[in-house]
Order: sequence, then structure tokens, then C-alpha cells
Amino acid sequence: MSADLVRARPTSPAPLAPPPPAATQRRRERLVLLALGVLAIAVIAVYLVVNVRAGWAFVLPFRGRRVAAMVLVGVAIATSTVAFQTLTANRILTPSIMGFDALYQALQTALIFGLGSIAVVRIGQIAEFGLSAALMVGASLALFGSLFSSGRRSVHLVLLIGVVLGTGLRSVTALLQRLMEPSEFQVLVSRLFASFTAVDETLLALAAVVVSGCCAALWSIRRRLDVLALGRQMAVSLGVDHRRTTMLVLTLVTVLVSTSTALVGPITFFGLLVANLAYALAGTHRHAVTLPTAALLAVVTLVGGQAVLEHLLGAATVLSVVIEFLGGIVFIGMLVASGRRR
Amino acid sequence: MTHRLAVSSALALLAALALASVFIGVSDVTPATLWRGDGHARDLLTLSRLPRTVAILLAGASTAVAGVVMQLLVRNRFVEPSTVGTAESAGLGLLVVTIWAPAMALPGKIAVASGFALAGTALFLAVLRAVPLRSVVTVPLVGIMLGGVIGAGTAYLAFRYDLMQTLSSWLTGDFSGVMAGRFELLWLVGALTIVVYLVADRFTVVGLGKDTATSLGLGYRGVLALGLAVVSVTSAVVVVVVGALPFLGLVVPNVVSMLVGDNLRRSLPWVALGGAALVLVCDVLGRVIRHPFEIPIGVVMGVVGAAVFLWLLLRRAPDVG
Repeated sequence: MSADLVRARPTSPAPLAPPPPAATQRRRERLVLLALGVLAIAVIAVYLVVNVRAGWAFVLPFRGRRVAAMVLVGVAIATSTVAFQTLTANRILTPSIMGFDALYQALQTALIFGLGSIAVVRIGQIAEFGLSAALMVGASLALFGSLFSSGRRSVHLVLLIGVVLGTGLRSVTALLQRLMEPSEFQVLVSRLFASFTAVDETLLALAAVVVSGCCAALWSIRRRLDVLALGRQMAVSLGVDHRRTTMLVLTLVTVLVSTSTALVGPITFFGLLVANLAYALAGTHRHAVTLPTAALLAVVTLVGGQAVLEHLLGAATVLSVVIEFLGGIVFIGMLVASGRRR
Repeated sequence: MTHRLAVSSALALLAALALASVFIGVSDVTPATLWRGDGHARDLLTLSRLPRTVAILLAGASTAVAGVVMQLLVRNRFVEPSTVGTAESAGLGLLVVTIWAPAMALPGKIAVASGFALAGTALFLAVLRAVPLRSVVTVPLVGIMLGGVIGAGTAYLAFRYDLMQTLSSWLTGDFSGVMAGRFELLWLVGALTIVVYLVADRFTVVGLGKDTATSLGLGYRGVLALGLAVVSVTSAVVVVVVGALPFLGLVVPNVVSMLVGDNLRRSLPWVALGGAALVLVCDVLGRVIRHPFEIPIGVVMGVVGAAVFLWLLLRRAPDVG
């Protein structure tokens, strides 16, 4: 009698629910993060030491600056994209597709156009970055805040508005650049078209501070982001101040995008690729996992891709073109898939 | 009757505008200098100013008409050659010719660019056919991204052959290089515009959809092919001769459709006039803003066109979906 009861207890729930996946899921997350971390370190090491022809004293600092820039940009783009996609409840929208980096370049151009290059140089790089970032936050909150917080508009419409806005802003930038004195234009070019090959040290240090600050802020609200991902109504009924969180996330995203654009210029589709790959790898939507996974993945892809292109194929500057090409195709595929579901 | 009167008065206004634009520029060409028999001024007029104005009118009118034809073929208000990859494909074709057959004569270049434009447009239509996208705004979105992918491929090719700068100067629309002897191919697209006018009713019926068009006794595939050919050749010629004029084919037909409706035979003159007038105004603006320098019209059109496009999108926002 009692033996029957003992035997019956563990077997009875088995057919109703499959074995709890939480443990295996946790193990998978840890494994993914560990593997990506090791891979990231390996890729960075390979990039630094392979194919050294000149003296180490020259090569290491030179490549070290590039790696630092790539790591910062990768982390900034990945985390900002994941947060932005949570905010908009959508896997297709990313800050750069919505024209955030075009906005930054337009503002920077307008700043030099309005104040003149001498004034901009005199106030110093840090103050200038602060000024353009502040302008950028204000402009993006004004432009995009109403677009997202209302939640009435369809995603595809918002997307098209963003794409057209980006095109228009790029034209505004081009227009202002044509109106500038050639000497001012030179100053601007050195600000806007910095690349992985020539990154300024002060800017690098500044970017490191800003990016780690923003990442820490995102990490501290990771649980609130999980709730935000459930949708506006659910989030509000679970006690999250939706409007304030939205504005906070949008601000952080804007600062991150400004930083990465200031470092290397716009890379449109990188965030889309990395974020979606991270969701697939992590198998969860908890931000405690997706944020670091996406960031590590971005570092691996960026440094690894650059290492392959630079050391194997001998074509250092085309990485962004390759990303643009692949990313565009993936984006069309996702659009088509989402159009089919509707 | 009132329609005809309105069209002719608009035509007169455009003519006056064109005449005024002839006398705007760095060098001193005014009716007074011409009257005095200044040889320099006369040469400038016949070699540079008049060809430029004619090129502007032809390119503007035909690009706007190509836009409206494409909107009827795809049955979507937000498409035009620069939002479905046609212009980018034409640029790719031009680049390919420049790399592998640089000695080819201009008609040959245009033929290759037209072929690429046709292929790019067909690719876009194939993507659309593979997935019936029901949302009005997804169609131009797919097109813009397709154009981006083609543009990235083009940029890579240009980078490999050190033609980046050449490429960007080609693709930005600019009339400052137009002179006698370098724009005459635009008459071809002018002729294509007249072809569109002659078969305008068929395009209107195609705009009602494949089933309706077929049941009304229309050879759907034939008209579709004709329309595609017109759009591709027009955008290829315009890209090769002056460069891209972004959003022109989208903005003008939409505004015209709000004012006079969707019957192509009735609205076509307005589309052509509106396109020519908009390009003319933007070009004069580009010449005046930073006198004595010039701002390429592609840049001015980008700002103006994007602003109007955004307004169109937000205006329709509630019912677009």
C-alpha cells in the first residue's frame, strides 16, 4: 500500500510536463558565454600577434588601439541594438536602420557649420563630444520618443519613416558640407570619417568611459528590461514606469550610438546581425544573458572579420562593405518573413 | 476644356521659369549682353545654358513619369526607380562597363546600364512575387534594402578598382557638366514619355490589378513588359547622363494624384510638368544658395524629396499598415 504510494508520486506528473528545461537551459547559457569569451580572447590575441613584420614596440600599441576601438564599437552597437529591440518589441528595428547615426553626423556637421571649426577645436574634444551627445539625446528623444511611446503605428511604417529620415539627414549633411569653407571641412572630415585604422587616443579613453558607464546602467536595469519586453500593458500592470524606462533606455541607446559613430562612422546592419544571432545562440530573452552574448559575439565577429580580411585577404577597409552586403540580405529575408506572418 | 486651359497656363509658367533660369549663373549672360551682340555671351547661351535647361526639363519630366508608371505596375504609391533598386542597378552596369570595356561608346554604355536596370527591377518584382507582402510600406522597404545590397556590391567593386570617387560623383545628380553634345540622349527619354502618354489608358487599367486587367481584355504581360522597359531605360539614361535624382519620381506623382486623381491620361501632363518644374527650381536653388559655387541637384533633391516623402507617410499614417 505505502510502497504503491511512494512509487506513484514521482511517476504521476511525468506524462503531464516534460522534464524541467531550466537546468539544461542554464547550462547552455553558461556554455555559450564561456565559449564566446574564450573565442573573443583568442581572436584578439591572434589579431595582435599574427604576421608581425615591424618591431613589437611599434606593432603592439598600433594594433592595440585598433582592437580597443573595435571592442568598444562592437559592445556599443550590440548592447544598444538589443536594448532598442526590446524597447520597440521588434527584431527588425535597429538604431542605425532608424537613422540614429545619420542624425549624429548631421548634428556634428551642423555644430561645426554653426560655431566654426576654431570654436569647436577650442572647447576641446571632451566638451565637444559632450555637447554633440547632449544635442543628440535631445533630438532623438524629440524625433523618436513620440514615434515609439504611442505604440499605435505599425512597425513597418515606423521603419520606413526611419529609413527615409536617414536618407534625408545624410542629404542635409552633404548639403552643409558643400556650404562649408574648405578648412572647416577638413576639420569635419577628421571628426566624421575616423576609421579603425586611425583612432585618436583621447577619444578612445572617453569612449571607454562612456560605453562602460552605459553598459553598467543597462545591466542594472536588466530585469526591468525583461519586463518591458512583455509589452506595454503587461509591463505597466507589473509595476514598471513604462514612460520613464522608455526614455531612459532611449537615452542610453542614443549615447551608445553616438559613441560608436564618433569612433568609426556608421555601420548600418551590424547590430541587426549580431543581435539576432545572439537570440538564436542564447535560446532565451533574459537580458542577463542576451546582453553579454550579443556583446561578445560582436567582438568576435568584428575582430575576427578584421583579422581574416587584413591578414589573410589583405583588404583591411572593406569589412563594413561586407557587413553591409550580408546584413542587407538578412534584413530583406527577415522583412519578407515578417510580411508573410502577418 | 478647363483642364486644357489649366495645363497650358502651367506650361506657360514653366516656360517663363525656364527662361529665367537661362540667365542665372556665374558668367554675365543677360538679354542686354545678348542684344549687344556679345559673342562670348551667345556662345555660353548655346553651348551651356540652353542645353542645361533643356536637360533639366527632359530629365525631370521623364523621371517623374517613370515613377508614376512604376507605381501603377507595382500597385504601390511609395515605389519609384530609386526605392526599388533600379537606379542602383544602372549605376552597377555603368561601373561594369567602365571597368571591363572603358572604350565603349556612350550608346553602348547606356545599353548595358539599361540591361542592368531591367535585371534589377525584374529581381525586385521576383522578390515581390515570391512573397505577397500585404503591407503598403513593406514594398518600398524591401526595395530600398535591395538597392542598398546592390549599392554595397557596387561599392566593393569600385573599391577594388579604385573608382570610389568616380562612383560617388556619377551617382549624385548634377547638371553642371551638361553641355551641347553631352545631353542629347535625353531626347530619347523625352520620346519615351510620349510613348507612355500614347498608351496611358493601358497603364491605368494595369493599375487596377492583374485579374481586372485581364478580364477587361488587356494583354497584361505585354503592357507590364513595356512599362518595365520604359522605366529601366529612362532611369539608366538619366543616371548615365546626369546622375540620380532621388525621390523625384515618388514625390511628384503622389502630390499630383492628390490634386487631379489617378486617371493616367489626365494626370500625366501634370506629372511631367511638375517633375520638370521641381527639378528646375531645385537646380536654380543649388546655383543660388552658394553663389558663385554650385550645389549638385542630387543633394538638394535629397533634402526636399525626403521631407515631402516623410510628410506623405505621416499624413497617411492612420490607414497605412
